[in-house]
Amino acid sequence: MTTIGQPLDRVDGGVKTTGAAKFAAEHFYPGLTHAVLVHATISRGRITALHTDEASAVPGVVAVLTHLNAPPLKPAPKPGAFNLTVMFSGTSVNYLQSDEVHWEGQPIAVVVAETSAAAREAAALVRAEYTVTKSVVDFEGSEQDARPQPNNPLLPRGAKKGDAEAALKAAPVSLDLRYTTPPQNHNALELHATTANWDGDRLTVYDATQAIDWFRTHLALRFGVPRTNVRVLAPFVGGAFGGKSAIWPGTILAVMAARATDRPVRLVLSRESVYRTVGGRTPSIQRVALGADRDGRLTSLIHTSITRTGPIGGPFEQVTAASQHLYAAENILARHDLVSLDLLPNTFMRAPGEAIGTFAVESAIDELACELGMDPIELRMRNETAVDPIGGRKKFSHRRLRELYALGAERFDWHERNPEPRSTRDGRWLVGTGVATAFHRALTLPVNVTVRLSADGGVLVRCGFHEMGMGAATAQAQITADALGVPFDAVRVEYGDSALPLGPFAGASAQTASVAAGVVQACEELKQTLKSMARKTGGGTNEEILRRAKVPHVEAVVGSDTRLGRIAGRARFLPNFLLDAQRWVKAASGVHFCEVKVDAETGETRVSRWAGVFDIGRVINPKTAASQMRGGIVMGLGLAMAEETLVDPRTGRIMNPSLAEYHVPVHADIPPIDVSFLDDPDPKMPLGILGAGEVSTAGVGAAVANAVHHATGKRVRDLPITLDKLL
Amino acid sequence: MEIELRINGSARRLDVSPQVSLLDALREYLGLTGTKKGCDQGACGACTVLADGRRINACLALAVQYQGREITTIEGVDHPLQEAFVRTDGFQCGYCTPGQICSAIGMLAEHKDGAPSAATEHLAATGGELDDEEIRERMSGNLCRCGAYNGIVSAIKEVAK
Ligand code: FES
Ligand code: FES
Repeated sequence: MTTIGQPLDRVDGGVKTTGAAKFAAEHFYPGLTHAVLVHATISRGRITALHTDEASAVPGVVAVLTHLNAPPLKPAPKPGAFNLTVMFSGTSVNYLQSDEVHWEGQPIAVVVAETSAAAREAAALVRAEYTVTKSVVDFEGSEQDARPQPNNPLLPRGAKKGDAEAALKAAPVSLDLRYTTPPQNHNALELHATTANWDGDRLTVYDATQAIDWFRTHLALRFGVPRTNVRVLAPFVGGAFGGKSAIWPGTILAVMAARATDRPVRLVLSRESVYRTVGGRTPSIQRVALGADRDGRLTSLIHTSITRTGPIGGPFEQVTAASQHLYAAENILARHDLVSLDLLPNTFMRAPGEAIGTFAVESAIDELACELGMDPIELRMRNETAVDPIGGRKKFSHRRLRELYALGAERFDWHERNPEPRSTRDGRWLVGTGVATAFHRALTLPVNVTVRLSADGGVLVRCGFHEMGMGAATAQAQITADALGVPFDAVRVEYGDSALPLGPFAGASAQTASVAAGVVQACEELKQTLKSMARKTGGGTNEEILRRAKVPHVEAVVGSDTRLGRIAGRARFLPNFLLDAQRWVKAASGVHFCEVKVDAETGETRVSRWAGVFDIGRVINPKTAASQMRGGIVMGLGLAMAEETLVDPRTGRIMNPSLAEYHVPVHADIPPIDVSFLDDPDPKMPLGILGAGEVSTAGVGAAVANAVHHATGKRVRDLPITLDKLL
Repeated sequence: MEIELRINGSARRLDVSPQVSLLDALREYLGLTGTKKGCDQGACGACTVLADGRRINACLALAVQYQGREITTIEGVDHPLQEAFVRTDGFQCGYCTPGQICSAIGMLAEHKDGAPSAATEHLAATGGELDDEEIRERMSGNLCRCGAYNGIVSAIKEVAK
């Protein structure tokens, strides 16, 4: 029986429902101490005095580390175009190594104490004096200073086809619109946490990370020890969403504190410290301009964005990433501009680029449909494309948007709607429906894997990947069971430990397909080995073959974890990656259908119905995959309707660093979400798997905005869609 | 100061200062890490435990004040909800899960006792059906950033039947 495609329960269900699953802050060492950060309260300048006497006097305090007494730390390596290891330093600041302050919230001291209560008490007593230098922290106020994004082979500045501005002017129907989205924070429910223990020159770190291998390399570089001396473990991660992919100060300072005090240290960021030291999603100002003929055929598509970066870091948000591939417009212009701000750097957050970019472009398409008096699905179908619109040469490995729209429209009863805005009422509620496309590029990363078959029939898969809730181990067990033809229950999967073969970073929705490629290859090699053993010993079951050959187990190894092996792995990977990227556009896609009810008096908006249909290639486990889709939609609903990190435009201080004042969706906000899949393997991806982690967040903002417009006649172009914008 | 807590049916002695929360007492002093910390300020519900059968946020409770009360944490829970959560996939990362389960147990008891919620139409109509809307309203103090809300509601509905 095949297990791929079965809605199996998660393998870690038992430990997660009994409290037995241990997260990064839940590992104990004898003599464990607790660390707490102290944050700068200016956005730029120098520390002129630090008063730590009171803090040091709190009973139980072991050390108060500042730039005056901290051990040396090597600076963060300069990022290179392809060296992701160092790109993943959250900031370029060398913590506690000088009196300079680069952002409001930068850690200026670490208090280490016998208990967390003592550390918190002492941290509150540290006082700093500063000289303040001029800083630029106001995003909207800096709009006119935006500059073109430097070009980068992985993060392009934009794309161009024809003369989109001229075509826009000439178009019989045209729109030129401005959209904005605010900063947002991941808010994984697990607070970022590190437990660090030095044993001489050997370091063991439990960290809530989605990139154990990068953490390992990075920590080795910063603390000047060989990479092989560092072990990073992340057996369970309590949600990440991109926020745990870069290395932020908490991790580094926990390791530093452990070294300075010669004690094991646990550092759990407070929720406020998460906001102050872990970057979030950049805000954006976007322009979408569309030109079309009266039949709705696009003659011009312009999508430009302004986002932020800064002198101490911040990746370039690929806001137009989806817009470049969605529509067969004759002329296209996509461009990313940046402003540089003295703030904690932004970082990747679930569907970076697409999540906010699709809000703008998919809203604008809806606006155009209204302008033309055309059904928004019909408008999209008239502009559907078989080849990549820019360049016109690359093909899509899998393009199923027509089927997705047809299936979704049927499941949602789309065509029952009266297209007239503000035409449907249900008591005090105005009812509206909206639709939008989701799109997310697919990627694979190099991995090493071992698969071992024992004489008792058990199979052990080992790979240093991550489990943040995707059901990764369950999916890989299913893949292994089918590849070897063994029962699902016979397979055990080890992950979340840098001592295992090199796993991929858990981001860019790349993990499942990347690991699957390695697992399938290892299983094939294992079957070959078994075959040749069987020829010698005379057939039978796997167990019999091993018994007769008198070996306890056989193992297949894919990739090598030696230094040379890793370099060779990358060298094999890169040319293939680049060649592939020139030939194919590979992407997961989907369509969201949304119904909202808006209170006619108060503007209160409730999402009352949702259907999402997705093409994520082959679906390994429909139960966990549907959960991932729902999770992405829920996060998208937060983006659409509630989430906003408020940054004081004068001081750069985050004003709502708590779950009480930054609103994420709660139970009462979420209706039953209908999810379906095409479940059709992608011909160019390992096992036909397209990534599932992010696609469903893309498009959600626009689906809600379009439904709100249909309900009320009001178009909201500035997220989040809160009730004040509907009055 | 030396205090004694009754946790999951057994007495535990510990030495804490008066400002230590019940949550830190459980996690840091007793090694009962099944109860989670997501905010430490009463905003997320990850720290939900049962005190004499009622759900509380352990981060907002001082350990010293809970002497003599019967505390149940996820480690002491043995309830059909746990399997139901697995069946309905009522979690992803699992970090909110102990809080969701303890909260749901407390919520089911509240509902049985006839406690109304903001979603209850008639306050006098006790013992009304625990429909989706009631469950969602009553569970809204427990955040799930992974967005496993649909599965959680299904699990609770399954068990409430
Ligand atoms: S940790 Fe207690 S409510 Fe969040
Ligand atoms: S399962 Fe991750 S927060 Fe709920």
